[in-house]
Amino acid sequence: MNLDGLEMVAVLVVLALFVKVLEQFGLFEPVSLEDSVEDEFELSTVCHRPEGLEQLQEQTKFTRKELQVLYRGFKNECPSGIVNEENFKQIYSQFFPQGDSSTYATFLFNAFDTNHDGSVSFEDFVAGLSVILRGTIDDRLNWAFNLYDLNKDGCITKEEMLDIMKSIYDMMGKYTYPALREEAPREHVETFFQKMDRNKDGVVTIEEFIESCQKDENIMRSMQLFDNVI
Amino acid sequence: MAAGVATWLPFARAAAVGWLPLAQQPLPPAPGVKASRGDEVLVVNVSGRRFETWKNTLDRYPDTLLGSSEKEFFYDADSGEYFFDRDPDMFRHVLNFYRTGRLHCPRQECIQAFDEELAFYGLVPELVGDCCLEEYRDRKKENAERLAEDEEAEQAGEGPALPAGSSLRQRLWRAFENPHTSTAALVFYYVTGFFIAVSVIANVVETIPCRGPARRPPREQPCGDRFPMAFFCMDTACVLIFTGEYLLRLFAAPSRCRFLRSVMSLIDVVAILPYYIGLFVPKNDDVSGAFVTLRVFRVFRIFKFSRHSQGLRILGYTLKSCASELGFLLFSLTMAIIIFATVMFYAEKGTSKTNFTSIPAAFWYTIVTMTTLGYGDMVPSTIAGKIFGSICSLSGVLVIALPVPVIVSNFSRIYHQNQRADKRRAQQKVRLARIRLAKSGTTNAFLQYKQNGGLEDSGSGEGQALCVRNRSAFEQQHHHLLHCLEKTTCHEFTDELTFSEALGAVSLGGRTSRSTSVSSQPMGPGNLLSSCCPRRAKRRAIRLANSTASVSPGSMQELDTLAGLRRTPAPQSRSSLNAKPHDSLDLNCDSRDFVAAIISIPTPPANTPDESQPSSPGGSGNRASSTLRNSSLGTPCLLPETVKISSL
Repeated sequence: MNLDGLEMVAVLVVLALFVKVLEQFGLFEPVSLEDSVEDEFELSTVCHRPEGLEQLQEQTKFTRKELQVLYRGFKNECPSGIVNEENFKQIYSQFFPQGDSSTYATFLFNAFDTNHDGSVSFEDFVAGLSVILRGTIDDRLNWAFNLYDLNKDGCITKEEMLDIMKSIYDMMGKYTYPALREEAPREHVETFFQKMDRNKDGVVTIEEFIESCQKDENIMRSMQLFDNVI
Repeated sequence: MAAGVATWLPFARAAAVGWLPLAQQPLPPAPGVKASRGDEVLVVNVSGRRFETWKNTLDRYPDTLLGSSEKEFFYDADSGEYFFDRDPDMFRHVLNFYRTGRLHCPRQECIQAFDEELAFYGLVPELVGDCCLEEYRDRKKENAERLAEDEEAEQAGEGPALPAGSSLRQRLWRAFENPHTSTAALVFYYVTGFFIAVSVIANVVETIPCRGPARRPPREQPCGDRFPMAFFCMDTACVLIFTGEYLLRLFAAPSRCRFLRSVMSLIDVVAILPYYIGLFVPKNDDVSGAFVTLRVFRVFRIFKFSRHSQGLRILGYTLKSCASELGFLLFSLTMAIIIFATVMFYAEKGTSKTNFTSIPAAFWYTIVTMTTLGYGDMVPSTIAGKIFGSICSLSGVLVIALPVPVIVSNFSRIYHQNQRADKRRAQQKVRLARIRLAKSGTTNAFLQYKQNGGLEDSGSGEGQALCVRNRSAFEQQHHHLLHCLEKTTCHEFTDELTFSEALGAVSLGGRTSRSTSVSSQPMGPGNLLSSCCPRRAKRRAIRLANSTASVSPGSMQELDTLAGLRRTPAPQSRSSLNAKPHDSLDLNCDSRDFVAAIISIPTPPANTPDESQPSSPGGSGNRASSTLRNSSLGTPCLLPETVKISSL
């Protein structure tokens, strides 16, 4: 039968509607190019339990009561027992509303996540806190060095330090006095390297770092900050 | 800040170790830490149900009751817990807020009860978490609407309290707005309704063809042309009534501008204007077309019925409230019409002698098909046309069916609201009656108690009648309070019956009824009031009894409604009737100023009542108005009474 153009179109439209209706009733599964999104769902039922209280007491320098308080807070915020990077960033950003703390939070996360499995469990959390709050000055400096050393190769390069510096300045936000200039982080990095880099080889090693910090009075004095945070 | 933020603060502070080596200046010293006690468990006892929580949990929100020192007011040292006499079920949600940082709204509780609990514990409603916020807001809005309706209904419904001295305008306006207030308004209401109906029926009937009586070729004419005079007279009458009503409403309206802009007045204008225009337009052919159009507008008189019918008003409100849905319906229909008309036109273009002469011509077909009318005056003949035509009718059903349920649900909601309002108005009368009953109940208890002579404290034994029932501590104190009030004002409480019959006794000049009431109170009050008012009161009673004051029965109604001070002269014995008027009063009421204040309030007409009152026998009467002469004996207690009477 000879169909006119319009008739052809009409017939095609009818066919298309028919196919759609069949699809709806599930009688006619069209070939899908990719898995439908609905099949994915995160197995978010991970639950991590920390080691026993005694073990943690041995590993860290916190008292039993302090551990209990810490855990209660931790569990309240993260019922699943672990913090992933997103959560971490979000938590940290609540303290710095004006600026953007996500980069620094990432660095922190990497520093806390000692086994590099992408999540911070309570043990990691408490271990880090123990070093910072209850450790010796050398321990703290060690921890700070670990934080700055982004690729964990034992030395801090200028690029790494620049990244860190920028992330810290980002936390300040836009409204500062005096107004932040573009080159402020870079200048700060230069100052830092001048102070820390003894042999002027462009990188700061751990020994240089600790040595220089111990000679710096300001830093030593400020270390007392952490004595009674908890 | 959320609850958890406080928990993570030590961590954030610890993380500052990363800034230490970079700092170019010394970091500030840490804030002094108060002796941190170990976290302790607090017990909160809410109506017997004990909740225990860490103190830190409550401290998270220091600007609430539980987080601040305000909770110390509720601390019970004996049991070592904080006791709140509130609903324990609701407290659960409040405490969960502290624990989780999210305030949830219970589904099965009354939203107002929840609000009250929130207010008590110092939580602002904005803290309701996102999961429950929508529902909370919806329920609250619904509640508020319903309560607002109540108030409106109350205000609109309370007719009778006509403020004294309202002008003709105000009375007229009230008569128009609430036809049930007076019979005249009701009559007017029905008359206008009748004339609207008559006018509409006349409009309809005058187009019916009437058989011409005795014409050779029986010609059919519309009735309007056969009896032009009759219809014209009827029309004129109706228009006159409508005009009169409109002008009266305009006159009575409290805000003329607003009235002019209101919908009902516009309808009125549109209803009567065509007539006047028709009067002044000459009947020549040029403008007769326009004249005919004008007559069409007469049909708008039917909308005047909306003042008489609530259903019509509801329909109007519904349409107004569904404006967006209607708009959507219209828009989608228009889109579909244009699309399908275009398609049908091109589909049918090839056919000869087709009805689909242009796209606008195809609009008619599309509309008729989409609304499933299917007149059949235009039908496609090609196959493509038929296919597209069938798709058109199927989609028409869908497009129209979508917004209709929304409109229907809106209508149902508004209709039910109105029904509720009506029901509530009916229940209100019952409610008011019940309240009045309760009030009079307490007063009666007091009076009964007085009558039974239980009031005296310097009692003479016999007053303690055996029928004095045992009073609870509450009643005792309440009665004592009422008694104090009596002493203060030198008046006594009495019941309506005694009061009105006393008044009646006054007007009839009969002392007897009063003395009976007097003698029924042998001892008690007389003892107490002997030093205060009774003789004066008796005096005045005598005065008034002798007077020919025109105390109309109607006034008693007014007096009854005036609450508060009543006088009850309750002398002890007949002998006091002859007491001298000039006994010194050791009233505690320093009342000259008090009296003056009372006098100044109503403005007695100062007509017959005054003249008929005999002058006082030389009291300290130096008052301006003669109405006060009686009371110039110095019994200020009587003044309110006197003044009331004279204000009739």
